[in-house]
Amino acid sequence: MARRRYSVFALAREALRYHAGWERAWNSPAPKSRYDVIIIGAGGHGLATAYYLGKNFGITNVAVLEKGWLGGGNTGRNTTIIRSNYLQDPSAAIYEKARSLYETMSQDLNMNVMFSPRGVIMLAQTEHEVRGYQRTAHANSLQGVQTEFISPARVKQLVPIMNIDGPRYPVLGGLWQERGGTARHDAVAWGYARACSGMGMDIIQQCEVTGIRREGGKVTGVTTTRGDIGCSKLGIVVAGHSGVMAEKAGFRLPIESLALQALVSEPIKPCMDVVVMANTVHGYMSQSDKGEMVIGGGTDGFNNYTQRGSFHHIEETLRALVETFPVISRLKMLRQWGGIVDMTGDRSPIISKTPLGGCFVNCGWGTGGFKAIPGSGWAMAELIAKGEPGPLAAEFGLNRFAEGRFIDESVAAGVAH
Amino acid sequence: MLILRCPYCGVSGEETEFHAGGEAHLKRFGPGSSDAEFEAYLFQRENPKGVHFERWRHVNGCGKWFHAARCTATLEVFGTYPAQSTEPPADLRKAISAKRPGWKWREFS
Repeated sequence: MARRRYSVFALAREALRYHAGWERAWNSPAPKSRYDVIIIGAGGHGLATAYYLGKNFGITNVAVLEKGWLGGGNTGRNTTIIRSNYLQDPSAAIYEKARSLYETMSQDLNMNVMFSPRGVIMLAQTEHEVRGYQRTAHANSLQGVQTEFISPARVKQLVPIMNIDGPRYPVLGGLWQERGGTARHDAVAWGYARACSGMGMDIIQQCEVTGIRREGGKVTGVTTTRGDIGCSKLGIVVAGHSGVMAEKAGFRLPIESLALQALVSEPIKPCMDVVVMANTVHGYMSQSDKGEMVIGGGTDGFNNYTQRGSFHHIEETLRALVETFPVISRLKMLRQWGGIVDMTGDRSPIISKTPLGGCFVNCGWGTGGFKAIPGSGWAMAELIAKGEPGPLAAEFGLNRFAEGRFIDESVAAGVAH
Repeated sequence: MLILRCPYCGVSGEETEFHAGGEAHLKRFGPGSSDAEFEAYLFQRENPKGVHFERWRHVNGCGKWFHAARCTATLEVFGTYPAQSTEPPADLRKAISAKRPGWKWREFS
C-alpha cells in the first residue's frame, strides 16, 4: 500500500489534470478482529508510536484507535512550540531527541510539517529566573543541547517590538535556543498517519474504547464502539483521558487533568520572527505563517474534562503580555480554545510498563507534549516492542513516584511550555 | 466561570473570588505506613470524569477553606459544605445521585 510520493513533479502533474488524482492520505478500514499491537489514541504521540514500531522494529500489524478524529485533541490545540532546553538530564535527552527528529521530519515522512527553527527565547523577568535560566544554560551545555543565556540588549535586538523596561515585568535576560521553533501541528499528525497507513497499519477513527479485556493479569484486547478487537500488546496514549482509560485497565495513575487555553489574534504583518515565552506571567507568543499572533496561557487550577477554561486566565495572560508587547494592545482575538492536559506531580511524563501485563502507558506530558511527539513515539515504540524501556524511557517509569526519583521540571519549566 | 457559595460567610461569588485547592477527603498516611500507601497519598488522585470532591479557599473573602462537589465533565457545581466534614453530607449525596444516576460512590474515610 505504498503511497504516491508528494513532490514538485506530483504537484505539476496534478496541476495539469485539475488535481483529480490526489489519493486519500490514509485508509480508514473497518477494524480487523485481531492485531499484534493496538494503540489507543490517534494524536501525535499515538501515531508516532505506531510509526516507529513499524520503522524501527518492523511491527506493522498495528491498529491506532481514535475516539474522535485524528489529531483532534491536544495535537490540534497546542501552540506548536518546539524546544529542548530542559534542566534535568532525562528530560533534555528525550526532548532533544524529539527536536532533532523534527529537523528531518518533512523528509522522513514525505510531508511538509513546516518545521521552522526560528529560535525560542524564554524571558527571565525576575532575579530567580535569571539564576534559574543561567543554571539551565550550564546544564544544557553539559547535556549537549545548544542554548545560551543572553542579555536584555540581545533580547531587544531579536524582538524589537518588546518593551524590556516594563515596570512590573522588566526583561533581565533570556534563555535562547536558536534551533528551537515551531511546526505545523496538524501536518505532524497527518504525516505520521499517512506513513503508518503506507506501512499497512489501520487507523480507525470514530472508534471509542469502552473497555479493556484482560485474562490472567494480561491484556487480551479491547471492547470498542465498533466491536471487540483482540491484541497481544496495548499502548494507552490518550493524554487528558489517561486516568479514565487506566481505570478501565484496572490501575491508577498519578495524573490530574486540567484545562489549558490558547488563543490567536487577527493576522497582522510580520513583526516577530522568534518564539517568546514569559513564564513569570504564564504567557507565550509566536507569530504564525499566516500572521496571527499565537498566544498560550496557564492552566486552570481545578480538574476539568470539558476542553474549555476560565476566561479570567486569558485575561491575566493578555494583561501581562500587553505590558511586554505594547503593540498587541489593540489586536482583536479571533479564536480561543482549550485542551485537557494530564499533569503529573513532577511535571515530567510517564512512559512505562503498567501493573497489567502487555499494557503500556505514555502520558503525563502536561502542558508541553507537542514538542516531544517524535521522541515520545520513539521511546514508546521501543518499550512496546521490547517489553522493557530503552535508555530514553528508562527514567520515566511509573515506579519513580514510589522510589522518590522525580524528574522535577516543575520549577524549571512546568508552568508555561 | 464557576459560581461557588462559601458555606461559612454565605457569600456566592464567581471563581476569581476563590482559589482551588485540589482533591478533598484525602486519607493521610505518614510514618509507619507502607510505601504504596504513602505513594498513593502523595500522588494518586481520583481525577474522575464526573463528580469530584475538592477543596476551595475563599481567598478574596472570609479566607476560609471549604469543600465543594463539582462535575468535571460539565462544570456543574452541586454544592459546597464545611471543611470539617469527613464525607459529603447526606442531602448533597442524595442530590448528586438523583442528578447522576449510576454514579459509583467510593469509600470516604
